Amino acid sequence: MEQAVEVRPGIGGRAKFIFGGVLIIAAVIYLVVSSTSASAQYFFTVDELKARGNEIVGQNVRISGAVIGDSIVYNRETTTLHFTVANVPGDNDEIEAQGGLAAVLHSAVTDPDRTRLDVVFYGVPPDLLRDEAQAIMTGQIGEDGVFYVEENGLLLKCPTKYEEAVPGQVEEGS
Amino acid sequence: MVANIGYGALLITFLISIYGAVAAVYGARRNSSTWVDSARNATLLTFPLLTISSLSIIYLLVSGSYSVEYVSSVTSNSMPLYLRVTALWGGQAGSLVFWSWLMSAFASAVTLRKWNRDREFLPWVILVSLVTLAFFLILIIFVENPFVRIWITPMGSVSTAMFQPAGTSLFTPTDGQGLNPLLRHPGMIIHPPMLYLGFVSFVIPFAFAFAALVTGRTDDRWIRVTRRWTLVAWLFLSLGLLLGGRWAYDVLGWGGYWGWDPVEIAAFMPWLTGTAFLHSVMIQEKRGLLKHWNMVLVILTYDLVIFGTFLTRSGVLSSVHAFAQSAIGPLFFGFIALTFAVSLGLLVRRWKELKSTGYMTSVFSREAFFLANNWLFMIILVVCFLGVTFPVLTEALGFVGQRIPALADVFTGQKVTFGPEWYERITAPFFAGLLFLMGIAPLSAWKHSTLKTLGRGAWKPFIASLLVLVIVFFIGVRHWAALLGFWLAALTASITLFEFWRATRARSHAHGENLLLALWNLAGRNRRRYGGYVIHLGVVLMAIGIIGIEVFQKQTQGTIAQGEQLALGDYSIRYDSLAVFDTDDGRNVARAVISVYRDGKYLGELYPRRDYYYESQQPMTIAGVRSTMEDDFYVLLVDWEPVSTAGATFRVYHNPLVNWLWLGGFVFILGTMVAAWPDKDPELVVERGRQVIAAAQVN
Repeated sequence: MEQAVEVRPGIGGRAKFIFGGVLIIAAVIYLVVSSTSASAQYFFTVDELKARGNEIVGQNVRISGAVIGDSIVYNRETTTLHFTVANVPGDNDEIEAQGGLAAVLHSAVTDPDRTRLDVVFYGVPPDLLRDEAQAIMTGQIGEDGVFYVEENGLLLKCPTKYEEAVPGQVEEGS
Repeated sequence: MVANIGYGALLITFLISIYGAVAAVYGARRNSSTWVDSARNATLLTFPLLTISSLSIIYLLVSGSYSVEYVSSVTSNSMPLYLRVTALWGGQAGSLVFWSWLMSAFASAVTLRKWNRDREFLPWVILVSLVTLAFFLILIIFVENPFVRIWITPMGSVSTAMFQPAGTSLFTPTDGQGLNPLLRHPGMIIHPPMLYLGFVSFVIPFAFAFAALVTGRTDDRWIRVTRRWTLVAWLFLSLGLLLGGRWAYDVLGWGGYWGWDPVEIAAFMPWLTGTAFLHSVMIQEKRGLLKHWNMVLVILTYDLVIFGTFLTRSGVLSSVHAFAQSAIGPLFFGFIALTFAVSLGLLVRRWKELKSTGYMTSVFSREAFFLANNWLFMIILVVCFLGVTFPVLTEALGFVGQRIPALADVFTGQKVTFGPEWYERITAPFFAGLLFLMGIAPLSAWKHSTLKTLGRGAWKPFIASLLVLVIVFFIGVRHWAALLGFWLAALTASITLFEFWRATRARSHAHGENLLLALWNLAGRNRRRYGGYVIHLGVVLMAIGIIGIEVFQKQTQGTIAQGEQLALGDYSIRYDSLAVFDTDDGRNVARAVISVYRDGKYLGELYPRRDYYYESQQPMTIAGVRSTMEDDFYVLLVDWEPVSTAGATFRVYHNPLVNWLWLGGFVFILGTMVAAWPDKDPELVVERGRQVIAAAQVN
């Protein structure tokens, strides 16, 4: 066997590998730490965001909320999209306990006492933007209390379109 | 009736899988070939049974049996036949059955092909395959059953159950909800099965590694047996990722192809470990090094495959893909923890036996470059894993802040997430490093290589790459990252092409073949090597496309009246007309006609449109795209005056070089196919030779 006669390299030989490894790890740690402090986004519910008041104006955050269909307005002249979202719980267990995402979104939109947040997005209204969709938005809250979504920062989920316990027309028939 | 047959087949498959797993272990421990044969037969039986189950679902989908909940949630009357069939993987329950069906097919294929060789591995391969299969069957049978039906009481209240609850009758809605229009795209029809094929076929290399650990066969036999499986798994996974990107680019209308969405990353992570594995097994084969590491990689890949399926299915993460929120999360987590712990336990037990039989001697040797490549892949993996789990981690670690007031500011318990720029910023240098390694590694030799030998091979391609850099600079590129990226791409491409040229010429001289024939024979004799080089060229092309769209993409939007123009860089569009009409298949279509100009020169018309699906009340934006190798000019119709159609709003993207990405993807897949193409099996060749000799002796 050729390998059997191989001589273990000296400390100098191994040191090169170790040095290279340490250098790479240092680079990774530096990049992760610097990027994390620069671009981490707190994930808030509408309630949590409102509770923080002015302290997070201008900070990059992520918000989840239920889209209120009637509030969606697209201004053709300024190509700006306005809509309002209502508070939904951020915790999955809580969502499950309240009967799943579709039920939570429905009750959030129909309940006038829920905390609401006005949202502005400069861009194309996404195809999935509709009543009772869950909007996950990245952006900043302004001093006017309006949430300004950044470019490509608007993401939508429509649970009713994919999986739901009971098909819609059954509910209507019952 | 059909639903009962399908469900019954699932139940029987589950019992058979459990039996097969137990029989395999018992047979292996007792050294009883009868029991092992029985386990093999059990494995072979799972495939026809799951085929029955899958066909039952397809039958229900095609016949529109809306009393089955799954059918009514993923199909509707207006859907064409091919979409009804592919709705098998359109929802959670169906896709789990599809996963299991593929798993049983692969497990059967393994037991059929390799039965006479490597007999000692097979009981354990069967164990891993059947336990994995049984786990998915538990999920299907107990949590996500696709055969559940809808029942209604005389009072009109509705419930869902597999079997008829007392006092109810079957309820059949007249129509189903249908598949989301966004998913009705060829890329979306092929993308999930490709990913699943990739996921499932990675189970086989893991199963053999597990078998090697249990049996104590610590040579690289398991690697040689599964080499092709790994390549095929990798091929499908790569194809799945590429098709997903293409779907996003075509359908989602944001001019992008990859958004660092948790579920994209979930499919990307096993790809990363799989790619590292493909490279590092070569070090074990050639040099007898990194045996522990290869085991770790294959275990990680397997559990990342399960984790990937879990992420798409559990709803723990906020993602565009995490459609379904269901109770299967804890089950997945338990299964991952169990398999990971057992595999690592076995690895620790065999630790000493898996010692390397050589040493790494030179930092410029090929094995050193491969090791560095593995490091970079692992770093990208760690970053991805951290990014995906960070929201869950930061929320879960809230208790630290509550207990220790000094850390209350750090561990607030508030979910923290990262956007694409976080991933891009951290991983970009490492992707660049990979591109560089990909370029120079083919120049180095195994074991001993020095800077001098590298330099001797590299100087010509290096000068060629500098020439490219100068040309790119003179064209007007000034962005430093783009210049660096283009240079790296040029260096890698020229070294790779140079390698092809050198070897082809040498063969042509030696064998007196013309260059084309020499190239053909060269690649044919060493498919893994030259297939690998083709893959590298594919990556280079993809890198060029990615640099193009990431660095140079431009966009604008505006509302213009008929006859007016909207400009973007050298390009401009003129809004000519708009028509709104209904179609037979239940859509309302708004279709604009626009003229595209570049530097004032007319290039042609584009027809961006917006389809509104009445049935699902869902609009779908379809871009008008002018595609060339230089760029894509991508126009979206955003909004229009409903009555007069006088004014319309457009969003316009200019995506330079993006088609190099798709071309690169094509070359990449082609290269993988070359590498994975079956060789003549040397053992079979020997066997056949023996038979010929034996026959000659008899005569």
